[in-house]
Amino acid sequence: MSKIVHDFTTDIPVWKPYVTPLDLAEASADQLEALKVTPSNNKVSDYVLVLAHDVETLKHRSPLFNAVMYNRDGLSRAERELGAVGASIVNRCIYCAAVHASRYNQLAKDKYVIAAVFADGVDAEIAPRLKAILNFAVKLSKCPSEADADDMAALMSAGLGKDEILDLILSTSLFGWANRLMHTLGEPIAG
Amino acid sequence: MSGNEDVIKAIVGIEPGSALADVIAGRADIMALTQQTHDGALMPENPGGLSHAERAALALRIAKINDHKAFEEHFETMLEKAGSPDGAVRMADIWFDGGSDPRARALIRHVDLVAHAPKDATRRDIELLQEAGIADADIVRLSELVAFVSYQIRVAVGLALMKGLA
Repeated sequence: MSKIVHDFTTDIPVWKPYVTPLDLAEASADQLEALKVTPSNNKVSDYVLVLAHDVETLKHRSPLFNAVMYNRDGLSRAERELGAVGASIVNRCIYCAAVHASRYNQLAKDKYVIAAVFADGVDAEIAPRLKAILNFAVKLSKCPSEADADDMAALMSAGLGKDEILDLILSTSLFGWANRLMHTLGEPIAG
Repeated sequence: MSGNEDVIKAIVGIEPGSALADVIAGRADIMALTQQTHDGALMPENPGGLSHAERAALALRIAKINDHKAFEEHFETMLEKAGSPDGAVRMADIWFDGGSDPRARALIRHVDLVAHAPKDATRRDIELLQEAGIADADIVRLSELVAFVSYQIRVAVGLALMKGLA
């Protein structure tokens, strides 16, 4: 029995698409290249097989995603995940929120912050630096963006360097993209 | 704007040699991939069921929904370069809902929903596109267009705020 998940959780659901994923047997050479499919690596997620219908964005999207979330220097990986969580809360992408909240917990070795954020959103009682990060991510994710000069000043006061602020802008914006795919093209099913 | 120019740098007005340009240079790979995705979403070699003009027109709607004038002008220019066909030009009008054309109605409805309030999207919204005769591959192309432009506008908004920092 499958049950759609409607509440924020760190238990990662299964993502079930509303559209038909690409059939690998019918994939073009360009699609196979973007999917990085080889005889020894033929396990591709349904999500990526759905996105493979638009290979001209997918081929850039995968390296871009990795660069934004895992490039060296700049904002810590955990704090980039918090930017992703802020966006995913605004856009109510239960799947993205679960994946990136659980990654935050692993990287930060802490469960309190995410629990507080899931319970109270931007009013969560968390360290000032994390609060400034979350607040900025939430406001930038609104449509139109509600982030302003005061939020930027708050990030500086909280001790973020300009390189870190740039990484926060990128990880938050990236989830404005990812949420609009994951949450609209499929649904999270309890695993 | 051609694939050789960086849309975000032009829109934010990032001067070579400025402090902001130096910070961004540390993420030059991401900025280049962003521009490449822009070209892939707006002017793909294989546009499938969404023409370059329609993509520019729908991106123009997204810029309007995000209240971002510079991106409106950018997509307006792209729409002109795509020949400004009547059907696409009408799609860019924020007060036009597609009229009696079921395909245009479905495309416009979905773009407006996903740009403004993706949290409200459900399975039914994808079914409405399918019922209007839009193929699954084109639904994915449309979704990437809205999702990517929403990302690109946010990066530019964030960088413009950074420009204001001393």
